Amino acid sequence: MSTVAKPREEAHHAGVHAAPTSFWRKYVFSLDHKVIGIQYLIYALSMLVLGGLLATLVRYQLAWPGRPLAFMGKLAPEGMPGGQMLPEYYNSLFTMHATIMIFFAIMPILIGAFGNFVVPIQIGARDMAFPKLNMASFWVAVPAAVLIIWSFFVTGGAAAGGWTSYAPLSAIQPRGQTLWLISLLILGLSSLLTAVNFLTTIINLRAPGMTFFRMPLTTWALFITALLLLLALPVLSAALIMLLFDRVLGTTFFLPAGLVVSGQVWPNAGGGQVLLWQHLFWFFGHPEVYIMILPAMGITSEILPVFSRKPIFGYRAMAYSMCGIAGLGFIVWGHHMFQSGMNPILGTTFMISTMVIAVPSAIKTFNWLGTLWGGDIRFTTPMLNALSFVSMFVIGGLSGIFMASTPVDIFIHDTYFIVGHIHYVLFGGSLFGAFAGLYYWYPKMFGRMMNETWGKVHWAITFVTFNLVFFPMHFLGMRGMPRRIYDYSQYSHLKGLQPMNQFMTLSLFVLGAGQVILVLNFFLSMRRGRLAGPNPWHANTLEWQTSSPPPHENFVGRIPTVYRGPYEYSAPGHGSDYWPQSEPPGPAAAKAHA
Amino acid sequence: MKNTIRFPRAARTLRAALFFLAAALAPAAAGALPFWLHLPEQASTYAPQVDRLFHVIMWITGVTFVIVEAMLLFFLWRYRHREGRVATYTHGNNRLEVVWTIIPAVICVMLALLSRRIWEDIKENMPHDAMEVQVTGEQFAWNFRYPGPDGKFNTPDDILTLNQLHFPVGKPVVVTLTSKDVIHSFFLPEFRVKQDAVPGMHTRIWFEGNKVGHWEIACAELCGLGHFRMKGFVSVDTQADYEKWLAEQAAEQTQAEAPAPAGKPAAVPAAADKPGAAPEKGGNS
Repeated sequence: MSTVAKPREEAHHAGVHAAPTSFWRKYVFSLDHKVIGIQYLIYALSMLVLGGLLATLVRYQLAWPGRPLAFMGKLAPEGMPGGQMLPEYYNSLFTMHATIMIFFAIMPILIGAFGNFVVPIQIGARDMAFPKLNMASFWVAVPAAVLIIWSFFVTGGAAAGGWTSYAPLSAIQPRGQTLWLISLLILGLSSLLTAVNFLTTIINLRAPGMTFFRMPLTTWALFITALLLLLALPVLSAALIMLLFDRVLGTTFFLPAGLVVSGQVWPNAGGGQVLLWQHLFWFFGHPEVYIMILPAMGITSEILPVFSRKPIFGYRAMAYSMCGIAGLGFIVWGHHMFQSGMNPILGTTFMISTMVIAVPSAIKTFNWLGTLWGGDIRFTTPMLNALSFVSMFVIGGLSGIFMASTPVDIFIHDTYFIVGHIHYVLFGGSLFGAFAGLYYWYPKMFGRMMNETWGKVHWAITFVTFNLVFFPMHFLGMRGMPRRIYDYSQYSHLKGLQPMNQFMTLSLFVLGAGQVILVLNFFLSMRRGRLAGPNPWHANTLEWQTSSPPPHENFVGRIPTVYRGPYEYSAPGHGSDYWPQSEPPGPAAAKAHA
Repeated sequence: MKNTIRFPRAARTLRAALFFLAAALAPAAAGALPFWLHLPEQASTYAPQVDRLFHVIMWITGVTFVIVEAMLLFFLWRYRHREGRVATYTHGNNRLEVVWTIIPAVICVMLALLSRRIWEDIKENMPHDAMEVQVTGEQFAWNFRYPGPDGKFNTPDDILTLNQLHFPVGKPVVVTLTSKDVIHSFFLPEFRVKQDAVPGMHTRIWFEGNKVGHWEIACAELCGLGHFRMKGFVSVDTQADYEKWLAEQAAEQTQAEAPAPAGKPAAVPAAADKPGAAPEKGGNS
């Protein structure tokens, strides 16, 4: 075939390193992208549990404002003396919940875990382009997590200015905020190294025949994600450094003249611009939203064809729409600032770009429906989670149109409507995508299947209770309940909302308890799960054409040659309903190579 | 393409779904929905405009939601795996791609244009015949400054109030917002008013009460540990009541200035500036 590129074995030497023999080099300071992927997976899942527990405390306070929680009196005597939560501790809890979920759970699981584990095998590489850099990425992310957890125990507690850390509040907060800034700076470095590594790997280490338009959509999504990280993260880092300087070196990037805090003139203030922080933060922050959703979109696009036994509908439309999202994602940041005092005319331009960015997401949704149409659909656990992604992402996407409209945003901005929206995107979207990926690639990672029955029970509990917790948030927002509020019973217009808040919190308890099933299934299946074999799902992409788990350097012998696109399912005239990318054309050759 | 979707069947399912949706939402017109499905009371002249837009978007997204989820469920049921089923082999359809790119794009641009007009009325075009109030947020209180009889700010006859905003019904109010310390957000839910009060900036917004009544002001931007209790009160009075209240405030203020009463601690500890205190520090003055 003419499309088979010139042999690239030479290039593959870039990622090659000898198989490690010692325990430390094999499992701890490993250079193997698969081990690093699993390290990220454990890291992210642990932080997911921590973030979830923080959310439970937040919701407890919202359901029963001021009711003591005896054991927390012992665990956090400063924040919850006698078990009764203080307002500043509440502010720390939601700040840290969001920070941990966004930076330490969702990003590492989607990019660090699945990106690392899957991308090199999917493109037919032996490892990442820079294995040592890859190891550094992970081990740089560890102290960041240590710092952010440590910040709970410093004087004044953890950061309490919201995950967006708007200045000047973030400039005058206690010490925890400094640790927050340093932690995110370190983590940003880790993500930046990862982004460079992904881009280099995907551009240079694709197997012979693996053209860009034969890449699986997970790889496509991570390619675009890495690009977004590379361009957006330096802006966040710059903002973090400026804020850090304002806090510790006496600069005034974000501190305007005449600041009076608690009746006292703030010592170093003058010449700063408060809105500058928001512009910088959201210039990063909006691409960040897509950094967290694109990989989940990729995973969904990967799983729907496999379990519909059908090619993805509109492969190129899928790839182009991701490029569209990446481009437009950089010119919509102002929609977070409609009510900030930014020029309202500028608000209109950002509204228009925001309305336009809804279109690529709509295209993707319709193509997912097109993929299901006419399929031969198997309801496996990965499929159920991927379908949940589609149906929940639709809600998150549509609710975004409300806040894109500047006048409607006047009312719902900074209310629970927004909180509902982001949870439909980040939990309904990203996390269901992550669950789908976990169930899908677990057999490849550990060589054994997760238990399907318990997987389905976990899915059903999660799907139902997720909606019971988060859908009512839209109603709270419609009643004008502000977010980040310790005790809404202060306001007469919010008094009737306690029963609904209690219902949401009780649903969250069930949601949280349901995750125990996942944890047990995850660990028990490592030993007891059914042996997976190389290709348990009868999938086409390259990671399924090698053993489970794959050997060191991923493929025994030569790197496979790629002959076709990744989603050739149920091709007429072909013997089986799947057709691996690396299977040479022609029936005779197929047999010989198998 | 040979593989045309079986529209008649899908369409019938959709029509049925829409019918049920309409039937379920019909009581909304009769006001039979629970309170949490309503937007709050409308107390400003532009609140109905904002709400209408909210409902337009709710209908558009609601119908889209039902269509998409119904199609999803229908496909899952219709194309579920059964013995002998063979999936349709297709890589897509460019005509469909164009259709489902253009339709959402047109709807979104239309919504943007519709929003633009209302946004302009609310945030860009300030009324000329408005009364003016200056609002300064601080941890954790709202300071209001009325120009007093001379109609000018920062003169001795200015009237200052704490957490109490009054204005007459049927008269537009222009508010100039700023903050002493951190960002606060001036949120009047019933008026559909929200605007951040930013230190170092003076942001102007307007609104007009369309009925007499009492409501609350909330702070909508996280501003520290007392954020949740940064509550103010707003009263829309008849013209006569408003003038009476203003006169009372002025009298109280001159009284307070004369004997300088000691031993009267401020009600809100953080709000040092009770009426009569020195004018707030201006940006550069």
